Formats: sequence, structure tokens, C-alpha cells
Amino acid sequence: MEAPIRATGILGFTLFSLLFFVCRSSPLHNLFISNAERRIDVTSHIVKVYLTLKVENAGTTPTSEVLLAFPPTQVDHLATVEALVTKGKRKKTTLVRLDVKPTELPDAPNGAKYFTIYLANPLNSGESTTLEVLYLFTHSLEPFPAEIGQSESQLVHYRDSALILSPYHIKQQTTFIKTPSTKVESFTRVEPTNRAGTEIKYGPYEDRPPYSFSPILVHFENNSPFPVVEELVREVEISHWGNLQVTEQYTLVHGGARHKGVFSRVDYQSRPTLSGASSLQHLLARLPPRVHSVYYRDEIGNISSSHLRTDSRKSELEIEPRYPLFGGWKATFVIGYGLPLQDFLFESSDDRRYLNFTFGCPLLETVVDKLTVKVVLPEGSKDPSAVVPFPVDQHLETKYSYLDVVGRTVVVMEKKNLVPVQNSHFQVYYTFKPIFMLAEPLMLASAFFLFFVACVAYLHIDLSIRK
Amino acid sequence: MAAVANMPVSDLLKSFKLKTKQQELLIRVSILCLVYILAFITRLFSVLRYESMIHEFDPYFNYRTTLYLTQNGFYDFWNWFDYESWYPLGRIVGGTLYPGLMVTAALIYRILHFLRFAVHIREVCVLTAPFFASNTTLVAYFFGKEIWDTGAGLVAAILIAVCPGYISRSVAGSYDNEGVAIFALLFTFYLFVKAVNTGSLAWSLASAFGYFYMVSAWGGYVFIINLIPLYVLVLLITGRYSMRLYVAYNCMYVLGMLLAMQIRFVGFQHVQSGEHMAAMGVFFLMQVFYFLDWVKHMLSDTKLFQAFLRITVTCAVAVGTIALGLGMLSGYISPWTGRFYSLLDPTYAKDHIPIIASVSEHQPTAWSSFMFDFHILLFLFPAGLYFCFKRLSDATIFIVMYGLTSMYFAGVMVRLILVATPAVCLISAIAVSATVKNLTVLLRSKNKGVQTGSTKGSSSSKASSKALLDQSQPFQKNGAIALLFGAFYLLSKYATHCTWVTSEAYSSPSIVLAARGAHGSRVIFDDYREAYFWLRQNTPPDAKVMSWWDYGYQITAMGNRTVIVDNNTWNNTHIATVGRAMSSYEDEAIEIMRSLDVDYVLVVFGGVTGYSSDDINKFLWMVRIGGGVFPVIKEPDYLVNGEYRVDKGAAPKMLNCLMYKLCYYRFGEMLTEYGKPPGYDRARGVEIGNKDIKLEHLEEAFTTSNWIVRIYKVKPPNNRW
Repeated sequence: MEAPIRATGILGFTLFSLLFFVCRSSPLHNLFISNAERRIDVTSHIVKVYLTLKVENAGTTPTSEVLLAFPPTQVDHLATVEALVTKGKRKKTTLVRLDVKPTELPDAPNGAKYFTIYLANPLNSGESTTLEVLYLFTHSLEPFPAEIGQSESQLVHYRDSALILSPYHIKQQTTFIKTPSTKVESFTRVEPTNRAGTEIKYGPYEDRPPYSFSPILVHFENNSPFPVVEELVREVEISHWGNLQVTEQYTLVHGGARHKGVFSRVDYQSRPTLSGASSLQHLLARLPPRVHSVYYRDEIGNISSSHLRTDSRKSELEIEPRYPLFGGWKATFVIGYGLPLQDFLFESSDDRRYLNFTFGCPLLETVVDKLTVKVVLPEGSKDPSAVVPFPVDQHLETKYSYLDVVGRTVVVMEKKNLVPVQNSHFQVYYTFKPIFMLAEPLMLASAFFLFFVACVAYLHIDLSIRK
Repeated sequence: MAAVANMPVSDLLKSFKLKTKQQELLIRVSILCLVYILAFITRLFSVLRYESMIHEFDPYFNYRTTLYLTQNGFYDFWNWFDYESWYPLGRIVGGTLYPGLMVTAALIYRILHFLRFAVHIREVCVLTAPFFASNTTLVAYFFGKEIWDTGAGLVAAILIAVCPGYISRSVAGSYDNEGVAIFALLFTFYLFVKAVNTGSLAWSLASAFGYFYMVSAWGGYVFIINLIPLYVLVLLITGRYSMRLYVAYNCMYVLGMLLAMQIRFVGFQHVQSGEHMAAMGVFFLMQVFYFLDWVKHMLSDTKLFQAFLRITVTCAVAVGTIALGLGMLSGYISPWTGRFYSLLDPTYAKDHIPIIASVSEHQPTAWSSFMFDFHILLFLFPAGLYFCFKRLSDATIFIVMYGLTSMYFAGVMVRLILVATPAVCLISAIAVSATVKNLTVLLRSKNKGVQTGSTKGSSSSKASSKALLDQSQPFQKNGAIALLFGAFYLLSKYATHCTWVTSEAYSSPSIVLAARGAHGSRVIFDDYREAYFWLRQNTPPDAKVMSWWDYGYQITAMGNRTVIVDNNTWNNTHIATVGRAMSSYEDEAIEIMRSLDVDYVLVVFGGVTGYSSDDINKFLWMVRIGGGVFPVIKEPDYLVNGEYRVDKGAAPKMLNCLMYKLCYYRFGEMLTEYGKPPGYDRARGVEIGNKDIKLEHLEEAFTTSNWIVRIYKVKPPNNRW
């Protein structure tokens, strides 16, 4: 699931897989794909690929692993891979999510990278199954021209292969590319190729051997803004007095074609559709329900252009940067909000407490290059441990906030290349004795008490030297 | 006022079986606590209306330096050479500022963090001024107590807590030197008066340290170093010379001078500058006086003493004059600066230093602003003076002198109303307290006959004896009641006026503009920050921005970019160069801008929103300041029959100068108001005269959503081939 393969355990895994393949006489050539359909959606700046594979086992031994292959250039931009299998017949179909893990094969041609899908039930010989695979690419639309003026529209290149890269033999395959508008400058033809409306169809291609590759380039108009959060630091602070304070620091950049030359406010105001069509004007953040004390500010103060809509199921915060973001323009800002603690903090069976919170970025349709989640536990909490559904870098820090003596434990989790689909929940477990809640009020009370005692003493003591 | 507030509460307190002295203390302390809190919260309007932010222009520099101080430590701050301002000259920040404010805020910040209050330095800076205003009320109480009595002290504390003249410079967010300096000023004066009254070396030492703090905080310390010698001189002339005065002044002057030399910006000015010579002269005069006193004591012969006196005085004056003359001639003692001249002579700046005259707060004060800032204090002030003269003492002479001199300066410059405010409040407090006390004594004496207990001090006993004398007059009690009600009516009017002024006039941060929308809702123009933040995020980090000097501090603090000139107007020629560039034709201006390495030009334009303090309205000052150094720029070229216009009838030079072009570039296509032609300037109410503006060497880089700030990029020179 994770694109850049983590150093930890790679070696072990590789050894394991080597052994595996040696033992099991390479199941690669046993499987073949009888039908593949790929739909590539390039309407926004996150490229969504829906792949439907019909896998058949032609070998003699049952297998439970199906490999997906990616060219090395794509794998760097791969944010997430999900695989689903349909179960049941006809109307009562349910989708079951399958495990997907990055895999390294020793004899990968041209540095191809692999992901293994682990089937729930092994595929016996002669059987077939249909897999639904969804994967997302970030930073895969390359603006061309790389710099545009205010009134020009944004054109991008998308590079891929007309044929699905696969270690298996594919009997029949088709690829559809959905562009945001009918304005397509050019596209590589690999016959049969059709273009109808906003869709380009490659295929059907019959009987392609493993690792067939046929590079294509599509040049089309994509005027949607490319909001990229270069860095996001989310700090979740737990207060056992009933509040969960979230602070999010964003470094936002428009990742589309760079703005060139003048910015004319006259044109921008009077011809909004023609001028600055790809500029980023507002963003929508989806926050949890019952959110309160929301603020939106940056280093130099409050930004007044934001709207909050709340209902019982969700809250939506619409924010506008101080200025419209053109390609390459940056903005940094902070969003902060408070949440009722009881919605997110629970007690586990072993008398520990755990926080259950979303991991990703609440801004819709944004790519996060680097995300750091910090969970600030209350002072006096012990044995923190985090449970995250995907691999992340973790370490602990100490933070001093109001009236802290020993400091608060902070669980820090870092992840790179994140898309909104991954806004899954994570849990942080810790132990906390409620008596620590009283430490700070008692400290304040005693400070005031001492102050008054000092006043009383001062009024009753005569310090003058003369008598 | 306080004496009256005593009465109903004291009945209630009797049930607690407190002694009268304890009751008095309790009430006094609780009144002071309330005033302390009131002074703080009345300054928070701006935080509630807008946000916790730094206001105006200069505070942004102070904030930036404080940030630097907290991040890099005092040593680096002291040796800071700032490359980001006055490009290409730079500025030695550590040596050209009064560090008192920044050090104070950084200290508060450190203390709070030591106590584990994780506040941001910005919050500390925003709340420094209200905090010191609260402290000022305490000082005002003690000062009032020292010069008159406890009642006057309490009234003074209340009056100064809400006085608009002081609030104008100490609302939350106005993080400026004056915020702490008024506290330091009043504190120094209080300690000095205390030293004069007691003759104690300890108080005198304390006043020297108070003076040191004042010197570290604000250039207005010159007022202290001239007022105190003047006061001493007056005491000498009126025959009030005493050992107490000798001790107080000498200790305060010598130590204060030595301490003040530790501030790099002040340095040796105390012995080298003409403004500080009065203090030194009085110091020597004091020694001569002491010497003569001693000789008089030794010599029993009056005739011999007279002769000796004549010789000594002549010699002393001659030596003093020769020393001063030699010092002046050799250049060791610098002559008075222009700023000092402009204080003594209000017309001086207009003729000689346009850069001082161009600042609105340096204008002579209008009557209305006196009324606005002082309200009833304006006529309580003479009444207070009357009371002071009736009971002359060393302390009252001081406050009278402080009041009269500062009132004069307040008349010369609007911003100096601030310096006069504490004096006006104290003197008015004396008037209020004395009047109310006399009236209540009158009421009480009728009821209880002769009373002796609760009132203290000579004035009250005098008043009560007077009340006894006047007992025969008819309707005396009714008259007293009526007068008391009148006094309270006036005071309550004062309170409402102060609140209104604070909330309406003095609590807007000036970088965020607010206006009423069509449906009565509040519309916010946040264009300044929009532009500064754009500069910060989307220009190269070493870009140089040229703008008029008003915006320099804000650009460096919020935009984090290098500026050519800023609000620290130390180099007139540099400012004049910018003024010249702005008032030249584009092809001449581009040469100046290239020579200054300018990348961006920022102008402020209010034509779309009707914001009147924009660069077009400031433009004549740019012409004047530019013309003062470069005679090529002539003011009449920009005027038509002595009239300043931007419409079709404007002077041709005006219509084609850089500032005009940058402000009105493509404005001719813009419809600003319904029923008006395109290019209608709402700030000046005219249709502009040049709608077809072409820029050759500059291009529009950014314009804010309401057009208030426009930024242009200087194009690189064309390739020759």
C-alpha cells in the first residue's frame, strides 16, 4: 500500500520472497489475465486509475497472490493502491478489501516495482476471479507549457502506457482516459485508438505478452487548480477537561503551470472565467461535527475570508487564501479548532485510554507531500503507543504548554505523499490517572494563597530600621 | 470623589467591625484594584473588534526587533546590523533605537515562560501598552498622594485610566515607545518629587534609575532633562532652595546622566548636545549656590558677603558662558537639532524640515483635538492650577510647571498631548478632589457639627474651618448638593465620552480598514496584509521593495523583504531620492530605481475604496522632500494655479509622473461607482485625467482585492539584440 518501500524489514521480506519463489516454482507464469479494463481519470490533479482485472489460474497449484507492476517513474508518484474483490452472486454482491503490500522481485525488467495482492481465498487451478484495483498518482500531470500567463488556460501532459504493465499475459485489454474537457491538444495513437467527447479509448488489444509497454502522451487542458500542501503539521492536544484542540499548519502551493508575467486585477475581476481560470481561490475543509472556536490565520494575523457551515453530521470550513493562488504561488496558514473530547477519546478494555482520530488532511482534493501528526497527551500520561493502518515514521517528543512542570508527551507520526482517500483513523493508546487533572488548579490555588499570605504578612510586619 | 464613595460603603463595613483606618485602606486598595483593571480592559476594544494584532507603523518595527531579541538574545540584538532596511546603506539597529520597550516586552515574555505560561511574543507585545497604562494609574495615585492627598491620588488614578489623550497611544496593539515611556516619565517625576520632599538619597537614586528607564524607552526623555533643571531654577529663584533639593537634584542628575550614557543611541549626548546643557548649567549653578551658602554661613559680615556674591556670580556666569561658547565653536557641543527647534517654534519645521512637517502627528494641535482628548479636564485644569497656587509647595510648583510646559508643547504638536495628559489629569484631580472634599465637608459639618476625624491634611482642616465660617449662608446645604450632583454629572459625562472615544476613534489598527456595507454590515478591507503576505510568499527572499517611507516598517515586518526607506527617517537624502523617483517621468525614474537595485515598487491607492490617506494624497510631500534635495523637482510643476488636481485639468507633469502612472494604471477601465464614468476616483471624487497609461519599464505584479495596495515589478533591461 505504501509507495516508497520502508527500509525496515525490506531485507527480511526480500529474503522471504526469494525463498518463496524458489520453493513454489514461480507462480507468475501460471496466472494470466483474461480481461483487463483500465479507466484513468485525469480530471483533477490527482490521477485516479480504476483497474478491473479478470485473473485466471492456468497452472496446477493454487495461488493466493497476484502481482501488480508499475514502471519506476510512476511508483514515485503512487500515493495509494487498493484492491477489492466482489463476493457473492448477482444482486447480493459485496466488496471485500484485500491486503496489498509492496514487493521486490529479483529479476524485475527495467526496474519495475511490484505490489502483491493477497487474495482472501487461494485461486485454484482453472478458477478465475475479478479484482477491482484503485490506485492514485500525485504530481503526475506535468504542465506544458510550464509557464502560462494570466489569461491562458493550463495545459498538461500525462504520460502512461497504452498497454497495462503486467508480469502476466493479458488476453484482452482496454484503457480509457477521461479528460476534464473536450479540449485535447494531442494524444499518441496506438491503434485502435478512438476519441469521443471527453474520453480517449485505447484498445481493445489482444494477447499481449508480459511486460508489454507502449508509451503514450496525452496533452490536454486541465483548468482545475492543483492545490498541493507541501507540508502539513497537525497537532492534536488532548485536555481531559473536555476539549480536543487541533492546530494545523499548512504550506500550500499551487502545483500547476507557473504564473508568468503580470497579474492584472482588472482582468481578474471583470472576466473571471477567462482570466486566471486555473487559479486557486478557495478550499474546502471537512471538519468533524460539533467543531467549535475555529480560527484561520497566518503569521501576520487573522484571515477574514472564511465561512463555517455546521450540521449534525459534519462541519465544512470554506477558506480563501489572502490572495488567489496562481501557479507556483505559495501561502502558509494555520487552521485551528476545538472538538468535544467525548467524541474522540474512549477507554479500552485494559483500562487504557485511546484517541481515535483521522490521520489525513481535512482539505478536499489536495495532495499532501509531507504530513506530520503530533498527538499531545496530557501531562502525566504514560506508555503511549500509536496504531496506524499504514506504515509511518514515529517518535516521541516533549512539549511544554501552560503550567507544565514535567512536560507533555507528544507522539509524532510522519508520512509522505498523502491523498484524501487515506483519511483513515488512527489510535493512540496511553494510561492516565485522573488525579493529574487536579495538579494545575491546585498549583494556581496555592500560588494565589501564597500571594495573599505574603500581603497579610507585609501589612503586619514593620520592616523599618528606625524605632 | 473617593471621599464620597466612602460613605455608603463605610456604613456597611461597620458591621464587619473594622477599624476606620483598615476600612479606609480596604476601600483604597479595592478602588485602586478596580482602576487598575479598568485601565487595562478599556484598552482592549481593538482586540475585541478586530484581533490581537500590532497597530500602525512604528509598532511593527518594535515588534520585529522584539522578535529578534527573543529569538537571538540580547547580545545579537545589541549588535544587530539590519540589511533589510535602508538598502543599500543598512541600519545599525542596536545603536539607533531606544531598547527599553523591546527589553521590557522580552523580559515579560521570559518571566511568563518561566512561570510556564506558553504565550506568544505577539500577545505580550500587544498587551504591553495596556499593562503599563495600568501601572501608570498606580503611579498617578502615588504622585497625587504626594502632591496633594490620598483623595486627589485616587481621582488622578481614575482620570488617567480612561483619559483619551493617553488611551490614544496605549490601546492594545499600539506597541510603541510611548506606551511604556509615559509610565517611566510619570514614575521619574514622582520619584524626583518624592526625593525633593524627603531629601532622601534613596528616593533620589530611585529617580535616577527611573530616568535611566525613561532614557532607554523614548526620546522624550529630553523633556525630563529640561523640565527638572527648569523646576530647580524656579525653586532657586523663588527662594525655596534647600538641602533636600540639593541632594535630590545632584544625585539624580549625576547618576542619571551616567546611566543614560549606557544607552548607545544616547551616548555622550548628555555632555555634548545643546539640548542637555541646561541641566548641566543648573548643576553647576547648584554648586555655586551651595558654595555661597557655605560662605554666607562662614562670613558673618553681610557687606563682605554681598561683595563676594557679586564677584562669584559674575565669575561663574562668565566662566559658564565662555565654556559654552568654546564648546559650541569647537563643535564639541552640538547645536540644537531641528526637532528641538520645531518644538520651540511651531513654524520652524514647515520652512526647514519638510520630513517632520509631513507627518500628521507633528502638526500643531487644533482646539477640537484638545477637547476630544481632554474633555472636562480642559476646564478642570485651570481650576486645579488655582488650587495649586493656593497651596504652594515644592510638589505643587513641580506639577504646575509640568502642566504649563507640557500644555505648551501639546499645542505645538498633536502627539505631545500625550505628554501633557498625566499633568492635566493630576491637576484636574486636585481640582475635583478639593472641590468635592470642600462640598462634602460642608454637608457633613451641618449634620454632625464640627467634625475632626476622617479628613486629613491641612487643606481639609482649612476647608472645614471655612465651612464653619460660612455656615450663616442660606441654602448652603442645597447648594452643596446641587454642586455635587453637577460634579458627578460632569464626571459621568467624562466617563461616557472617554469610552466612546476609545471605542470609536482610537481602537482601529489602521492596517485593517473597516467600513459599513450597504446593509449595515461591517466590511473589512484587509488589503495591506494581503499585499505584504503576497510579498512574503511570492517574491525572491532578497527582493528590494521601493515604497514611500510610511510603509517601510510594515513591509520589513510583515512582508519580510528589504526596503529602500522606512519610518526611521534618518537619511533625508535617501528618502528624497525615492521621492524624486516617484515624481519623475518613468524613463527618468527607472534610472534611479536601477541605481537603487529596486525589484518591486509598492504604492497605496485609495481610488476604488475611497480611502483618503493614500499615496496620491501624500504625493505633494514626496515632491517637497524630493525637491528639497534635488532642485530638478519643483513643486509648481505638479500644481495648476496652486491647486492640486488629478483630473483632466491637472498639470502635465503630474499626469505622467511615476506615482500617478502606478496608482492609476488600468484604473481608467474600472467602474468604481454606479452612475459615474469609468476611472472615477472615489477618494478625490473626480474622474482621472490620464486613462491611457502605458508602462514601459514596469509591469503590474500584484494588486489587492480592493486595489488599496498595488505592487509593480521592475522589468529587467531589454536585450540589446
